[in-house]
Parts: sequence; C-alpha cells; structure tokens
Amino acid sequence: MTSRLLEPQTGAAATVRRIHAMVLRHWYLLRSSGPRALEMVFWPLVQMLTWGFVQLHLAQTTSLAAAAAGLFVGGVLLWDILARSQLGFAMAFLEEVWARNLGHLMMSPLRSYELIASLVMVSLIKLAVSMIPVVVIAYLMFDYSLFSIGLPLAAFFANLVITSWSFGLVSTGAVLRYGLGAENIAWLMTFLMMPLSCVYYPVTTLPVWLQPFSWALPPTYVFEGLRAIVLHGEFRGDLMLWAFLLNLVYLAAGVALFRYLIESARNAGTLVHMGE
Amino acid sequence: MLDTVKRGVDGENRAGPPVVVRDLRKAYGDVVAVDGISFTLEKGTVTALLGGNGAGKTTTISMLMGLIIPTSGVAEVFGADMSTARHRVLHRMNFESPYSDVPMRLTVHQNLSIFARLYGVIGFEARIRELSASLRLDEFLHRPYGKLSAGQKTRVSLAKALLNVPELLLLDEPTASLDPDTADWVRSRLEDYRRETGATILLASHNMGEVERMADRVIMLDRGRIVADETPATLVQRFGRETLEEVFLDIARRGGRHDAETRS
Repeated sequence: MTSRLLEPQTGAAATVRRIHAMVLRHWYLLRSSGPRALEMVFWPLVQMLTWGFVQLHLAQTTSLAAAAAGLFVGGVLLWDILARSQLGFAMAFLEEVWARNLGHLMMSPLRSYELIASLVMVSLIKLAVSMIPVVVIAYLMFDYSLFSIGLPLAAFFANLVITSWSFGLVSTGAVLRYGLGAENIAWLMTFLMMPLSCVYYPVTTLPVWLQPFSWALPPTYVFEGLRAIVLHGEFRGDLMLWAFLLNLVYLAAGVALFRYLIESARNAGTLVHMGE
Repeated sequence: MLDTVKRGVDGENRAGPPVVVRDLRKAYGDVVAVDGISFTLEKGTVTALLGGNGAGKTTTISMLMGLIIPTSGVAEVFGADMSTARHRVLHRMNFESPYSDVPMRLTVHQNLSIFARLYGVIGFEARIRELSASLRLDEFLHRPYGKLSAGQKTRVSLAKALLNVPELLLLDEPTASLDPDTADWVRSRLEDYRRETGATILLASHNMGEVERMADRVIMLDRGRIVADETPATLVQRFGRETLEEVFLDIARRGGRHDAETRS
C-alpha cells in the first residue's frame, strides 16, 4: 500500500530529495530568524575589524607590515572561512539535537551519508551568509580584496572547507555518541587548531618540537601559502597539494569515525534520549 | 481522511506478520533493559505494550525502529532485521511520541513538508491538506510549532506520523499530558486510521482506559520480561479483577514484593 503513495526510496533521485529536504529545513530556520543571521556575521566582522586596525597600525610603524598589506586581514578572512564552515556544520547538527528532532530523523528514510551531505551544504550556505558581508566590508574599510589572491583563493577555500567538514564530523559524531556533554568539542576543536595552524605567523615561529604537529594540519599549508603570495608573490602549489592529500586522509577518517560513532550510539542507546 | 491512499501490491515483502521479535535482549553493562522477549504482531492489530517505568517498553520500541541495536536476538519489521537492514522498511513505518519534537521555529506546514520530502510522499501538499483537515490543523498550519499548545503539538506529531500512511505505527504514550477531551479525540483519530488502512499499531501506554479501548492484545513487561500476553478481557478475567488498571497494579506490586524477597 505505502509504496504506491511514495516515491522510490533508493537511487540518486531519492538521495537528492532527502538532502534537499534537510537543506530546506535549515534554510527555513535561517530565514525565520534575523538575529541568528546577524550573529553569524557579527563575530567574523569583529575579528576582521580588529585585525584590520592592527594591520593599519603596523603598516604605519614597520616597513614589513607596510610591504605585506593584507597579511592579517587575509589571514583572518581565511581563518573565518575555516571556523564558520566548521561551526555551520556542527550547529546544523546540534539544531536537531536541541530541537529533540534527531529521533524523528534517525527513524526516517534519511541515510547517514545523506545527513552528512546536507550538513556540508548547510555549512556552505551559512559560510556565504557569514562571509560575503565581511569580505565586502574588508574591501570598503581596508582596501583589501580577498579576491586579489586570485585563482589560488579557490585552492585555499577548498582546503579550508574540507578541513572544517572533517572536524565537524568528529565533533557531531562525539555528540551523537556521548550526548550534549560533548557539545563543547564542537566549539573547542576549531579554536584549538588556531595557534597550531599559524594563521598570523610562520610555522618557524613555533618551537621545533611543535612544528610537526603544525604540519600535520591542512590549514597550516594554506596560511603558509597565503604568506608566500602576500610576501613573495609566489603561489606554492606543493603546499596546496600537501594540504589536499592530508585533507583526504582527515575526511576519510572523519566519515569513518562518524559512522562508527552512530553505530556505537545505536549500541549504547544514546540516540533515543538525545536532547532530552 | 485517506482519499489519496491507493491500495495494491507493490512488490515489497507483504507475506508474514509485520513484526517478529525473537529472543530480544538488550543489556547496558550489568543492567538488563529487555530480557529475551519474543512476540509477533499480526497485520491490522492494535497491541499495547504495558509496564511500569523501566520495564523495557521504550527500549523495545527503539529496537523495532532500529535506533537501538539489541545485545542478542532479532527485531524484524516487514522481514527486515532492524539492526542491519532498517532502511529497507523505514518508509513503511512511523512513530509518534510526546517526548520527541519537530523544530520549534519552523511552521507546522514547513515541518510537515520536510518530513513528507524525507519519506517521498507523492503529491505531499494534497496529503498535508488532507491531514490538516482531518486533524484540525488548519487554524495553526502556518504558525511556528514552538508556539502551539500541548494538544496542538500532539496533533502535529500525529500528522507527521501519518504522512507516509505507515503500515506499522509505533506510538509511545501518544496521549500523555493531554486533557481527557483531546486524548479521547486523538484515540478516535488513531482508531479511524487503523480502520481505514488496516495498519498495525504498537502502543506503549500508561493509560489503562486507553489500552482497554484501543488494544486487541496486551503484552505486559516487567523488568524486561513478558509477564502477560493476551487480550485485555482475558487478562482482567485471569487476574480476577474488574479493570486492566487493577491487573497492572497487581503485576507491578507483585514485582515489588519479588524485589523485596530477593533483597532479603
């Protein structure tokens, strides 16, 4: 009886339909709350303004900073691409937990890979909402255009968002398995990465023993790549390739861990009371 | 209510009972939530799953939904092992519980349309209109779910559960926290639904009046085990009581005495 009322449940069309439904759910949410959208712009804007003024000050007092205009503003904008994308991913998932909607979703025909795909798409939408106004304001206030990086920006962007999804998968998987007590992981993971990723300084600034840990993070290659462009006008393809290869490993590990944690949550029974 | 329902064979597994549970056990470390239960639900029946708090009702229902993996034993729905193959049949079932919500900021219509897409309901706007009329959602269809009263939320939750015209409906205390009038109204809608579609319903409830009215059969759990499995009338007769509530209390207190004896 039921299948006569329903679209086919398998195949690409079914997958696209279910991902679309989940993206639509977050789009409705975003549309329904102006303050929520405003908050998404607020923090990246505060960061950008702070570092923009620091850079203006340094440009007036040191020749290096004057020569390397865009080092800080470029760094902060790229960092926010990573941070906002990861938070967008994790928040989209946490919304389901807070709304006590996860049980409905987990027993609907939605597959775990479709849930992941929808979180990826929602993170991109939220990233656009966060960053487009900030990029425009950076141009108007500090005469810095992120697009002045040129084509390498695409490589930077791709590497940063892939990293954000990998970390987003780990933090959301932890919440699935260990409940809302693990929620802080979603907030902490990105910010713990910040000093190690060398957003505003070269890797050589770190103690020697810490540098291998830094090179183990894909964003480090992106920020080194940014400095190579800003300071030397050189695009380091090798750095982007390393970042990409590392990202493939991180993403595969993130997906595997997420799926493992879902199964583990089904074993431990934590899906049932999620959000209560 | 179900004008859009079309009946017919669709090539999926129709043979056999919709639900088969065999030696189902779930333990969390030393704590045994469900202890080797077996039962079968026949098509078109309403079965009540009764028991005190912690008897194993919600765990059993969760294993039937595939949200919890059993420690041992099998929970099969329409022939699919819910531990490993639940996505084969999830579109043919649904559930309702006052302990789950849908997103608060979204309107009722937005929520229903999202779930309709997830289930792939063909012509879902018509289905939402149909459910909206029969469950009296019209007046608040475009209001955020979070701004509704408890009774209105239950009606929305019921609409969500019926969107895909499920052949198996799992209900976890569907009328908890509702006033008697609204609860009675919800029961009537569920009875209508069963009559019109021939769906199978498994109902976990603490409301004995509800069970006596709706259920063809009662499975009573105590500390994860089935202690009774028969029709409500037979159960009342066997215990020499006048109501199911008295039987429930007998079994619960017998369990309490058993606990005391075991401790001593």
